[in-house]
Amino acid sequence: MLDITISRGTTVALSKAEFDLLLADLRENGYQTVGPRVQDESIVYADIQTLADLPRGVQTEQEAGHFRLMRGASNNYFDFIPAADSWKKFLFPPRVDLLTVRKGKGWEYVETETATPRYALVGVRGCELAAIEIQDKIFIRPDFYDPTYRLRREGLFIIAVNCLHPAGTCFCTSMGTGPKVQGSYDLCLTELDDVFLVEIGSELGRSLLSKRKYDLPSAFVQNIANQRLARAVQEMGRSLDTRDLPGLLTEPENLEAARWDEVAKRCLSCGNCTQVCPTCFCWDATDSVNLSATQASRTRVWDSCFNPAYSYVFGGNTRPTIRARYRQWLTHKFGAWKEQFGTLGCTGCGRCITWCPAKIDHVAEIAALREEVNS
Amino acid sequence: MAAKKPTVAVYKFSSCDGCQLSLLNLEDELLDLAGAVDIAYFLEASRAVKPGPYDIALVEGSVTTPHEIERIREIREDARFVIALGTCATSGGIQALRNFADAEEYARAVYDHPEYLEYLNTATPISETIKVDLEIWGCPVNKHLVLECIAALLQNRKPNLPQYSVCLECKRRGAVCVLVAHGTPCLGPVTQAGCGAICPANGRGCYGCFGPWPQGNFDSLVPTLTATERFPGETHLLLRNFNAHAPAFRKAAEAALTVGKK
Ligand code: SF4
Ligand code: SF4
Ligand code: SF4
Ligand code: SF4
Repeated sequence: MLDITISRGTTVALSKAEFDLLLADLRENGYQTVGPRVQDESIVYADIQTLADLPRGVQTEQEAGHFRLMRGASNNYFDFIPAADSWKKFLFPPRVDLLTVRKGKGWEYVETETATPRYALVGVRGCELAAIEIQDKIFIRPDFYDPTYRLRREGLFIIAVNCLHPAGTCFCTSMGTGPKVQGSYDLCLTELDDVFLVEIGSELGRSLLSKRKYDLPSAFVQNIANQRLARAVQEMGRSLDTRDLPGLLTEPENLEAARWDEVAKRCLSCGNCTQVCPTCFCWDATDSVNLSATQASRTRVWDSCFNPAYSYVFGGNTRPTIRARYRQWLTHKFGAWKEQFGTLGCTGCGRCITWCPAKIDHVAEIAALREEVNS
Repeated sequence: MAAKKPTVAVYKFSSCDGCQLSLLNLEDELLDLAGAVDIAYFLEASRAVKPGPYDIALVEGSVTTPHEIERIREIREDARFVIALGTCATSGGIQALRNFADAEEYARAVYDHPEYLEYLNTATPISETIKVDLEIWGCPVNKHLVLECIAALLQNRKPNLPQYSVCLECKRRGAVCVLVAHGTPCLGPVTQAGCGAICPANGRGCYGCFGPWPQGNFDSLVPTLTATERFPGETHLLLRNFNAHAPAFRKAAEAALTVGKK
C-alpha cells in the first residue's frame, strides 16, 4: 500500500473485499446502511450489511410498462438500473404520523416525535442524486422547511455510483444528470471487475476513508473506467429534446392540443408514475377520529395529482377528467416546475415510463405534442 | 347526560359470513364499539336480541330467494340507516355468477332434490331491492373502513374513504408491481382502494374484490391485459369473478372477450 494523502477530489482504488469494511465503518459511525437488494423479482432499497446483500450479476430489462431482471450477465454489483423504489422513501416517507389530539380536561396536542434515522445511502445514481437535490428545493426552503425531510437529509451519507449499463427507459444524458454522477456526494463509485474506484466528494467522505490505507488507481484502470463511462452515454435508452422546454408545455395554445385527448384515452389515472418519480412530492394530510371522539390523529401520506380527490375543492373538482390530470402532471414536471423551482422536475431516470401499467412513454408524448403543434 | 346509545343490528343474507367475522375480528376496537353503540341484534355474536326499530342496520349478503326480498324490505322499514356490508351486499358476490348461467341447471347439479329449493334466478346487491344509505365494498370488508363509517355516522360527518384505485395503496406500501415486473394480470388500476393492496404485496394480481373504481379507465386496461394473456379468456375470467355483476366489471368482461378475439 502506498502512503498517500487523500483529499477531496482524490480517487482511490478499493478492492471489492474491502467494501464490507467501509460499510462496517459507516455503521460504527452511527449510520444505517441502506442499498439495493433483489426482492420479488425486482430491486428495492432496504437495509444492507455486506456486499453479498447486493444484486450481484443482475442487469435489468426496462421498457414502457415492462421490467425484468436478467441474471448471469456479469459478476458486478451495480450493473442493474434501479427499479420502482427510490431513495425518496427514506427522506419523504410514504406515511408519517404527525400529531395526536387527546381530550382530557381540555384538548392535549402531542406532536409525534420519532428519532431521526441516519442513513448511509449506498449506490445513488446520477439521476437519483439530482432528484434529491430537486427535492431539497421543495422541502428545505429559506422561508420554511419540512422537519422530517430536513433532519433526515442533513444526516445523510451518500455513496453515489456511476452507471455503466443504462436501461431502455433511461434518458439522463438529455437531462444533464448522468450517467456520470454530477451532484454533491460523499463518495462516488465506479465499478470495474475487481475494484471500485472511489472518488472523494466531501470532507465527510475523506474522513471516513482516512481510517485505512488505499492505493491510487493505475492510469490503465482509470482509462478503462473512462471508456466504460463514455460507452454508457452511447447506450442511453432514450433521449428527450429539451430545447423548447418549458415553453412547449406551458404555451396556453398548446394546452388544447389533440394529443392530450389521445393520451387521456390510454392513461389509467392510477398515479404510478408520480409515486415512482423521485422528484414528485405531493402529499395529503388525513385526520382520523376514534369511535368515542376522544382522540384524533393526523397522518401524512404520499398523494398524487392523478387521485381525483387531490384536486377536489369545496363544490367541485378543478381537474375532473383524466385528460386534465395527465396534462397537469406532464406540464408541471417538464414545464411549470422551471418557474417554480428554477429547474425542470425530471432527471431522466425513466421510472415513470417503466412502471406505467398502460405503457405510456412520456418522452414519446412530448415528441408527439411537439410534432402536432409545429405542423 | 347519558344520551341513549344508537342501536345497531347486523343481518346475514346469502353470503359466507366472512364480513360478519371481520366485525368480530375488531378485537381491540370491539370494546370501544360496544361502548359507543348498543349492539341490539347480531346472531353471529349473541342470541340475545333486542326489539327494533334500530338506528343502523349492517347487512351482509346478496338477495337470492323470494323470502330474502321480504326480509330486506322489513329491515328497511325497521332501520333509520342501512349499510350494505361487503361485496355480496354491494354487487351480488360470487354467487352472482348464476346471473350469467342457468340457475336451475346449477341447482340440479348441486342438490339431490332441487324441487325443495325456493330461489331466484339471480343474486343481486341489496340496493337492487331497497334503498341503501351506504355501501362498504370488499370480500371481505376491511374492518378499519367499517369502523370509520360507523364513527363518521355517530359523529355526523362524512366518512374518510379512499377515492383512488388500488395502485396508490400498492405504491405507498412499497409492493413490487406484479403487472410490470412479473407480467401477472392485475385489476388494481381499475379497482377501488381500501384493502391496502394485500394481493400485490403477496405477489398476486388484484382480482378486484373491492369493486370497480368509479373513475377506472376500463377501455385502456382491458386491451392492455388481453394483449398479454397467458391463456385465451384470462382477462374475461378475471373480471367475471367476485364482482361479476357490478356494471363496470360486467361491461369490461364482455369487452375482454371481443378485444381478446380481435
Ligand atoms: S401515465 Fe401511466 S402510470 Fe401515470 S397515471 Fe397514467 S396510466 Fe398511470
Ligand atoms: S418524470 Fe419520470 S423520468 Fe423524470 S424523474 Fe420523474 S420518474 Fe424519472
Ligand atoms: S437515467 Fe442515467 S443515471 Fe439514472 S439510472 Fe439511467 S443511466 Fe443511471
Ligand atoms: S401490482 Fe397492480 S395494484 Fe399494484 S401498482 Fe401494479 S397494477 Fe397497480
